[in-house]
Amino acid sequence: MAKTTRFDTLALHAGARPDPATGARATPIYQSASFVFRDSDHAAALFNMERAGHVYSRISNPTCAVLEERISALEDGVGAIAVASGQAALHLAIVTLMGAGSHIVASRSLYGGSHNLLDFTLPRFGIETTFVDPRDLDAWRAALRPNTRLLFGETLGNPGLEVLDIPRVAELAHEHGLPLLVDSTFTTPYLMRPFEHGADLVYHSATKFLSGHGVVIGGLLVDGGRFDWGEPGKSAGKFPTLTEPYSGFHDMVFADESTTAAFLLRARREGIRDFGACMAPMTAFQILQGIETLPLRMQRHVDNTRRIVAFLATHEMVESVGYPELPEHPDRALARALLPRGCGAVFSFSIRGTREQGRKFIESLKIFSHLANVGDAKSLVIHPASTTHFRVSAEDLSAAGITEGTIRLSVGLEDAEDLIEDLSRALYAAGKG
Amino acid sequence: MHCDVGGRSVYAYTGSRGFDPALSTIVFVHGAAHDHSVWALQSRYFAHHRRNVLAVDLPGHGRSGGEPPASVEAIGEWLAALLDATRIEHAALVGHSLGALAVLEAAGRHPERVENIALLGPSVPMPVADVLLDAAKANDHLAYELITGWSFAPGHQLGGNQQPGVWMTGNALRLMERSQPGALYADLLACHHYAGGLAAANKVRCPALLILGQRDLMAPAKNATELSAALAGCRVVNLPDCGHSLMTEAPDAVLDALREFL
Repeated sequence: MAKTTRFDTLALHAGARPDPATGARATPIYQSASFVFRDSDHAAALFNMERAGHVYSRISNPTCAVLEERISALEDGVGAIAVASGQAALHLAIVTLMGAGSHIVASRSLYGGSHNLLDFTLPRFGIETTFVDPRDLDAWRAALRPNTRLLFGETLGNPGLEVLDIPRVAELAHEHGLPLLVDSTFTTPYLMRPFEHGADLVYHSATKFLSGHGVVIGGLLVDGGRFDWGEPGKSAGKFPTLTEPYSGFHDMVFADESTTAAFLLRARREGIRDFGACMAPMTAFQILQGIETLPLRMQRHVDNTRRIVAFLATHEMVESVGYPELPEHPDRALARALLPRGCGAVFSFSIRGTREQGRKFIESLKIFSHLANVGDAKSLVIHPASTTHFRVSAEDLSAAGITEGTIRLSVGLEDAEDLIEDLSRALYAAGKG
Repeated sequence: MHCDVGGRSVYAYTGSRGFDPALSTIVFVHGAAHDHSVWALQSRYFAHHRRNVLAVDLPGHGRSGGEPPASVEAIGEWLAALLDATRIEHAALVGHSLGALAVLEAAGRHPERVENIALLGPSVPMPVADVLLDAAKANDHLAYELITGWSFAPGHQLGGNQQPGVWMTGNALRLMERSQPGALYADLLACHHYAGGLAAANKVRCPALLILGQRDLMAPAKNATELSAALAGCRVVNLPDCGHSLMTEAPDAVLDALREFL
C-alpha cells in the first residue's frame, strides 16, 4: 500500500544518484576543500543558511552528504553528520547538548575509549558522568540529577554484550525530558534500529561493520527527529543550545529553524564548524562501498558467530561464553525481542587457566589477527584487560564482567570451519601450557 | 514570535529578526500537517533581505494553539485576522498545497490587503483519495506514509537532498508524525471540500505566481490549468523532476522564482 523502499535497496541507493555532471554511477569523491559561489548574494545566502549547498568541506561535502543520507535512511532518522571517528561522534553529540555543569548517566559497560572520554576527560570541562549497571533500571533512575542532560549506552555492552533495554531506558529518559543516545556500532541498523525502540540519537564508529574493510576511521551521528527539545514541563529550559538565540550564528534559534532536526543544525553549524572533526570525502566514499554490502556481510558475520559460539560453549578449555543467544545469558529474552536477526559478531569468552595460557592462546592463532579493532571482514582477537580496557580500574573491570582470562573475538567472513579449526588449534596449544 | 489571533496563541517564524514597520511583509502558509519549518530556507532568505517575514503555524499546528480550521475559507479569513492582529495593512502571501488554497481564498476575499500571491503545488479542485482520507481519519500512520510516498518525485525518493545531511522523506515523515491527532484529517478534508478556488481566483486583483512540480502526484500540475487561466496575467514556473515537496526538492529554484516575483 504505502510506498517504502526496503533496507537492502536503501543500503545501495539512499542519498545517491548518477552524477548529473558526468553520469558516473558510483558516488564521486568530491575531493575539494571548497565550492565556488555563483555570486556574492549566493555566497552570503549559503553562509546564512538561506540556501542549501556546500561552502567548505569541514562543514559539509557532497560525498559525505551521500553517506549522511544513506545512514539516515537505514536508521530511519531525519539526518546525520559524518565525522572523523566514532569518538568524534560521541563528543559532538555531547557538546551540542550541554556545557560545563551538566551531567550524563551512562552504562558502565562501554567501549574503553568512550569510558575514557566520560570518566577522565569531560570532567576537566565541567561535565560529569555517573556510570550504572545497564540492566538496572532503578540505578539509571537513581543517578538522574537536576542537571542531567543525557542518558547513554551501547546496544550491546562492551565487552559483556549486555543488551541495552532501549524501550525502558528511553521511557525513563523521556519521563524526565531527556534524550537517549545509543552507540549502535556493534549491531548496525541491519540488526537493530534503535529509533524504532525509543532512542533519540544514534552514533556509529563507521570504522567497524558499516565499512567492513577496516581501512578507514570514521563516525556517524544520526538524529531520530522525534525528541522535542523544548517540550513544556519536560525538556523546556534544559537545552538552551537548541532553544535560545545563539550569538555565534546571528542569534539563530535552532529549534525555530527546524522542528525535526534542530540538533543536527547546531551540531553542524557549531560543533563541526568550531571543533572541526570532519570526515574526509575519500573516507566517506570507502564507507559507502562497505555499506552497499552491509546486509549480506552482517548476516554472514552472525551465521559464523553462531557456529563459533556453539563450538566454544562445549569446549573443555572454555570456562564461559558470553553471547546473548545462549540460554545462560541473562539478556536472552531481551535479545530475542530487540535483536531477532542476531546479536552481532563480537563476543567474549574466558579460557581456563593462567594469564600465560591466555597469552599462549592468542599467539597460537593463525587466522584471527591480534589487534585493537572489531567489525573487520577478517576475524580479530584481543585481550581486553591488557589493551582496550587497560586504563579501567580493577573494580570497574570486574563490574563490566572482564577478567584476566577474558578473550574478545570479532568474527569475520572467512569460512567458519577454518575459524573453528584455528580456535581449536590455539585452545589445544593453550591447554598444553 | 507569538501573537494572539482570535484569542488563540499563534506562532510565526520571523527569521530571528524583529518586525520593522518600514519594510513590506511576506506571510508564508504551510500545507497539511506541516508547520513553519517547511519554509526554513526561503523565509530566512527574505527575512535577511529587507522583508518582514511571518512563516506561521496555522491554528492547531506546530506551536499554535486552537483547533485546525475546518475549511479553506476559514483559513482565508484567519489569514486576514492574522494581518489585523499583527497590524499589517498589506502583505504578500505565499502558500503551499492547503496553504496555497488558503492564500488564494484570502486574496479573493480581501484583495485590498494582498500585494502578491505565490501558490506552490496548488490544485483546483484538490480531491483527496479515499484511502488517504480514511487513514487520516483513523489517525493511522499509513496516512503519513502515503503522503510521503506521493510527495516526492521518483528521483528524490532515494535522496540527493540539496540540504546536506538531511534525509528528505524521513524528515517529512517525522514532521507529520508530530502533528496533533486529527490535524491531518481536518486539513485533507478542507482541501477535499474546497470548491471556491476558481471563484476566488476571479476576485484576485494582485499579481500571482504559480510554482508547479511536473512530477507532482498530490496536486498534479494539470490541475492548475484552469486556475492559471482564471488568475489574470499570472506567472507560471514549472519545475521538472519535482514532486509536491517543492521547497525541499528544489529549494533554490523555489527561492529564485519567489525572488524574481516578489
